[in-house]
Amino acid sequence: CEIKQLSDCLIRLLLDRRDGTRTSEALTPAAAARDEFQEELVIRPLHSGDIYASFQFRTLWDTDFLQEGQKVSHYRLFPKSLGQVLSKFSVRELHISFTQGFWRTMQWGQPFIPSPPGAELWVWFHDTVSDVDGNWKELTNVLSGIFCASLNFIDLTNTVQPSASFKPLGLGNATDHRFLRYATLPREIVCTENLTPWKKLLPCGSKAGLAVLLKSEKLFHSSFHSQAVHIRPVCQDEQCTSKAWELRQTLNVVFDLYTAGQGKKEWSLFKMFSRTLTEACPLATSSKVYVDITDNPELFELSPATPLLSQAVVLGDRRTYSVYDLSRAETFGQLRSLNLLLRWKGDGEMLRPLLHAERYVAGFGLQTGEIHTVIYNNHPYRAFPVLLMDSVPWYLQLYIHTLTVTSKSRDNKPSYIHYQPAKDRHRPHLLEMLIQLPPHSMTEVTVQFERALLKWTEYTPDPNHGFYVGSSVVSALVPSMVAMNTNFTQDQPLFSSFVPVKEESSYFVRVYTEPLLVNLPTPDFSMPYNVICLTCTVVAVGYGSFYNLLTRTFQVDEPSLPLAKRLANLIRRIRGVPLLT
Amino acid sequence: MGLLSDPNRRKALTGLLTRLNTPICIVCYLAGIVWFMGLAFEPFTLRTYMSENAMGSTMVEERFSSGERALSLAKEFDAHKRKAGGMPVEWLVKAMQSRGLEVFTQSFSRKLPFPDENKERYMVRGTNVYGILRAPRAPRTEALVITAPCSPGNTNNQAVALLLALAQYFRNQIYWAKDIIFLVNEHDLIGTQAWLEGYHHTNITGMEYSPLQGRAGSIQAALSLELSSDVITSLDLVLEGLNGQLPNLDLANLFYAFCQKLGVLCTIQGKLQRNDWDTAEGYTHAAQTMMLMVLKQACGRSWGDHGLFLRYHIEAASVRGINSFRHYKTDATTIGRLLEGMVRKLNNLLERLHQSYFFYLLPSLSRFVSIGYYMPAFGLLAVILLLRALDLWVHLGAPALAAVDGVTEAEQPSSPGVLTVLTPVVISHLTGVALYLLPVHLQEMAVEHFPVSETEAVVLTAIAIYTAGLALPHNTQRLLSGEGTEQGWKVLKLTALLYLAVLLGCTALINFSLGFILAVTLVPITASITPHIALYAVVMVLLSPAFTILYCVFIYQELIEAPVSVSEGWMLFLSVISQGILDHALYGSLVYPLLALFIYPCWLMFWNILFWN
Repeated sequence: CEIKQLSDCLIRLLLDRRDGTRTSEALTPAAAARDEFQEELVIRPLHSGDIYASFQFRTLWDTDFLQEGQKVSHYRLFPKSLGQVLSKFSVRELHISFTQGFWRTMQWGQPFIPSPPGAELWVWFHDTVSDVDGNWKELTNVLSGIFCASLNFIDLTNTVQPSASFKPLGLGNATDHRFLRYATLPREIVCTENLTPWKKLLPCGSKAGLAVLLKSEKLFHSSFHSQAVHIRPVCQDEQCTSKAWELRQTLNVVFDLYTAGQGKKEWSLFKMFSRTLTEACPLATSSKVYVDITDNPELFELSPATPLLSQAVVLGDRRTYSVYDLSRAETFGQLRSLNLLLRWKGDGEMLRPLLHAERYVAGFGLQTGEIHTVIYNNHPYRAFPVLLMDSVPWYLQLYIHTLTVTSKSRDNKPSYIHYQPAKDRHRPHLLEMLIQLPPHSMTEVTVQFERALLKWTEYTPDPNHGFYVGSSVVSALVPSMVAMNTNFTQDQPLFSSFVPVKEESSYFVRVYTEPLLVNLPTPDFSMPYNVICLTCTVVAVGYGSFYNLLTRTFQVDEPSLPLAKRLANLIRRIRGVPLLT
Repeated sequence: MGLLSDPNRRKALTGLLTRLNTPICIVCYLAGIVWFMGLAFEPFTLRTYMSENAMGSTMVEERFSSGERALSLAKEFDAHKRKAGGMPVEWLVKAMQSRGLEVFTQSFSRKLPFPDENKERYMVRGTNVYGILRAPRAPRTEALVITAPCSPGNTNNQAVALLLALAQYFRNQIYWAKDIIFLVNEHDLIGTQAWLEGYHHTNITGMEYSPLQGRAGSIQAALSLELSSDVITSLDLVLEGLNGQLPNLDLANLFYAFCQKLGVLCTIQGKLQRNDWDTAEGYTHAAQTMMLMVLKQACGRSWGDHGLFLRYHIEAASVRGINSFRHYKTDATTIGRLLEGMVRKLNNLLERLHQSYFFYLLPSLSRFVSIGYYMPAFGLLAVILLLRALDLWVHLGAPALAAVDGVTEAEQPSSPGVLTVLTPVVISHLTGVALYLLPVHLQEMAVEHFPVSETEAVVLTAIAIYTAGLALPHNTQRLLSGEGTEQGWKVLKLTALLYLAVLLGCTALINFSLGFILAVTLVPITASITPHIALYAVVMVLLSPAFTILYCVFIYQELIEAPVSVSEGWMLFLSVISQGILDHALYGSLVYPLLALFIYPCWLMFWNILFWN
């Protein structure tokens, strides 16, 4: 029941938040149009001295792909390639992300949109779909073509159906996880070839607006790069009488001040992207740049300054942003271009994010091992539940009886466990658990496994590199920092701050752990000839002859009698007379 | 094999083998020794070559230039080390943090089973400091380790400083594909062991340590750096690890390639390479280098910090700076460049190092002997045991064969009971167990009753049990089963010979050097032993495992050009025993249990035969 509560709460929270954004959008005049496009860039100087840039491009379209008998054929802002995919495969919701690098929670805090290293794809199908697996297989192949990625390697052996961790983020209250498919490809390398098709989905391409900043030589000269596409149905209006489709394209990148800045702690849009902004995308109804200035002026200096400020509670923390509206000419100043400049002053230290998880393989040797997942709750006094989801490939044979969950050196019994054992060569292990994390604690989940011997054709071309195990996913409603800080009176009227506002009291985060690289027992492929020769020799000469010697019985052979004597004996036997020798 | 299945021809073959048994054995033994000595002869060996593609063809350019800064850092580190009276943890943490690493510490403590007199420690408490340089856009799945031990006194300061300078330089580079862990460990091997156990969350040696906070996935390779002076004349590569394990030969090739490229003098076993293989001196030089490697590998201890990594399937080597009085000097910048080049090439690896050899001997850095070449030397020695066993088997089987169709021959008076053979076997092994367990457990009692230190107590107890074992088994055996028979000792010898053959064979597969050395001393005496010849007893004792260790000590000292007198040698012998026991307790070295639990009992079985009647 706790699990249901959590997921319900989560859905309600997300719906609430979405409604909040909807009300503010309703004021813009473009809301009357059938489709609209918004673009946005958030720049956040991180504590470690790195800089985090997050792009969001949102296309909203008041249409319904899934209605029977109605074929959508006229596309304006919404990319046709994706629209056709949605209607053909009856997709209710689609989330796909390509990430190169690992988000360092301890240094950077929480990302706006988390994603695991490699590729991640999760799709909710419409409940009218009869052959979900077939649709899923085709869909992954089509997406593989659209995004130039190896999504075609997604098959039943790495697909799972999480029962609780991945709830739909859009409209509708689907809970039947038969229509959900989730897969990750931790091995996937993300590069320019994935960025180009992603950029082509934008209405302005990379010709105008914020997208001009997306130069691959700079985006891939960074510490972290993640691009994603999220499609979901949302409400068309406040009454929510009809559905609209939302396409969110996000791109998150973290630039390393240290390596690229050559020691000078100075940043500008030009240094980051080798471009400056000169215009908004003409098709966009809103085009804004936000810079997180909450830590200003202790940490850095920002120029040019802007009078526009905006406040928002993001990930449980109240942040202040400078807003640069690209649709207004004065933003660009006399030079007709906007080049934000950040000059660093302070020095960052390690953060203690409220929720943090990491994972590693313990033990040595090629027979067994142990997967350790460590989840930290750094909240000083609140306990909260988290949902841990682990999908482990079949070639690591989990011993589920060795599963232990310990917090503060005491056994911590999960209140909900969903375990689906693997089938060799057919499906992976799926383990979902709802664990209560005590305040200020470290919870360790361990499970032992045995490494399977693969068939010789099942090894990858580079088997000595190791085999990947995808990230485990920790989903949680984390108590908000704002709610924690009851002494917050800075810009809030007193009457609003006694009881924490519900929306702010907790926030949803998903934390991905690092993927694992596990070595399996690998034959020495480089010398099959030697091995074959040796084995054949040993078997033929050594084993064969010894077996022969050991199993044979030796008898002294009596010399055979001449024919005449044998005939005589025959007669003698008939007569009953002693035989000749 | 038609030869064996035909009774007549089989009879002829066994007849030949029994008749010519002794000459064949002698020829085999000599051939084994000659084969082994021939391995160092250059025309018989192969030239080393880089097998791994990812490290071979791709050239890297070394740009490290802050060698001078590293040296001034070394002075600073030295000052802080003096002030802290040990590892300056806070300073190191700050230094690493300011260089942009994620820094973590690990504290550990270990109580040794008895005081280590060589390194003067008993209760060890320390802290490891390590910083992780996160590779950009890498998912924390692979890592490389560079380690420098923080040693007491003013040794190794330069290594730690160079490590920090490298960290600073590496931090500014964009090309890293694997995380790099910079580890400064305290108390040399104990610190490394604690860190490795913490990293892999295992506990095999009873170490107490705090869990690690930061990790970086599976470690692909490790380099350990030891450097004690500002300029060095040569770099020595140390490969021998725990239990005689060796890293992949490509790691040695990589080191050699960069030494050649940067013009750094490089040595192995502290010996430079010579080019005059066709002269007697050239051959002796190569043979000495190889013998040193064999001796070091045979003793099964880790000869540097790298040795403990090998257990975890992490290819590792130690690079040791040597400052002798040659004219040719190398500065810190060049050493930094050498390490930079090596790390960059390791960074290019797409797979674990696996292409090249894991079993090899090195007569010089540019030549190697692979397992296929050195195994026959051991095989020739081991076959003697099998030939003798065959001989005995035929002798024992001859009367039994005559009575093959008799039904009542089970009651034959001459056939020895199982008890006759089993008793000495069990007693020998119990003595072995006593030798393995008692020295460490009885040390307190020994210290109470005799005026010796704990370490001396352990070593002397071990020697005492070893000597007592010589007296014990054959006496008890006589008490149990009365007078021994001719058949009895033959059956016992047959068992012991096969047992020894299996033991040595298994040992040689894992640690060729140990197997070979034991075979050289044990095979001649065990093959020729018969009861009751007084001379045999003396030879037997002189060729027992303990004396083998003693000879190895002297030969080793001779080879490293530091010959010792008999009394010094004896002291060294005692310390070798204590170190062997400590290595087993601290790092899980298997040589001591192998000798105590298997080789010594096996030898005792032969000793038993000597006093059979």
